[in-house]
Amino acid sequence: MVETAFTPWSSLAGGVLIGLSAVLLMAGVGRIAGISGILARLMPPSAADDGAGRLAFVVGLIAAPATWIALTGATIQQTVVPAGAVAIVAGLLVGFGSVWGSGCTSGHGVCGLARLSPRSMAAVGTFMATAIATVLLVRHVF
Amino acid sequence: MRIAVQFLAGLLFGLGLVVSGMADPAKVLNFLDIAGTWDPSLAFVLAGATGTTFVGYRLVLARRRPLFAPAFQLPTATRIDGRLLAGAAIFGVGWGLAGFCPGPAVTSLALGAPGTLAFVPAMLVGIVAARALAAAPFLQPKTR
Repeated sequence: MVETAFTPWSSLAGGVLIGLSAVLLMAGVGRIAGISGILARLMPPSAADDGAGRLAFVVGLIAAPATWIALTGATIQQTVVPAGAVAIVAGLLVGFGSVWGSGCTSGHGVCGLARLSPRSMAAVGTFMATAIATVLLVRHVF
Repeated sequence: MRIAVQFLAGLLFGLGLVVSGMADPAKVLNFLDIAGTWDPSLAFVLAGATGTTFVGYRLVLARRRPLFAPAFQLPTATRIDGRLLAGAAIFGVGWGLAGFCPGPAVTSLALGAPGTLAFVPAMLVGIVAARALAAAPFLQPKTR
């Protein structure tokens, strides 16, 4: 495990940008900014409505690192990235679980909590608990 | 305009992830590692994002309709059921293993780390599998 610097201000500022994105999406097209939902409706069988708009959102996400580097000249740090079998197993679980549970950190975490949705509160509490337990087991037990 | 707005929303979201440090799985894992190298930054991301959305949604949802669509489309389910909790629990295990959730993983595609290029296709397979299973006849709610 690697120490990472505590970055309250940049993290708060980044959070505000994420919030503005969610508000823009609701104001513009009336939709929740849930990344797993947006991805799911792009996958077969894809939703009939507004596939181009969902694709545009995903393209915007992917364009963000290059845009940030072009604007600031800064580099983007990835201290660790999951690799190999862990990356694949984790990807399967994240994809399956986010659809099965109707949302991920964005749909339940940001938009759902902002709507004071009891379902989202239950989902966030549950995935925070299993994620913390997983890290505890991986880093401190095994 | 619809498409431009959604591109801009995606770009803003991705910039938020980059600025907040959440494109680095190490920061996410350290947030979850409360017994070890704890980094509380993610709580500040969630506070900034949820607070902004809380205020913004109240302004936006007071309007009759969105700017470029006929109506707001908000989730209608209210029951906290087994599927919601099981899905969230499974999601959390994957999130805790990798430090990636869907947004940061997709945003990180552009950074080209081999692990990201393995994680995202696996995630898409998981998404398709869950949708297929959810549509399976034996799992449909019984009609009375």
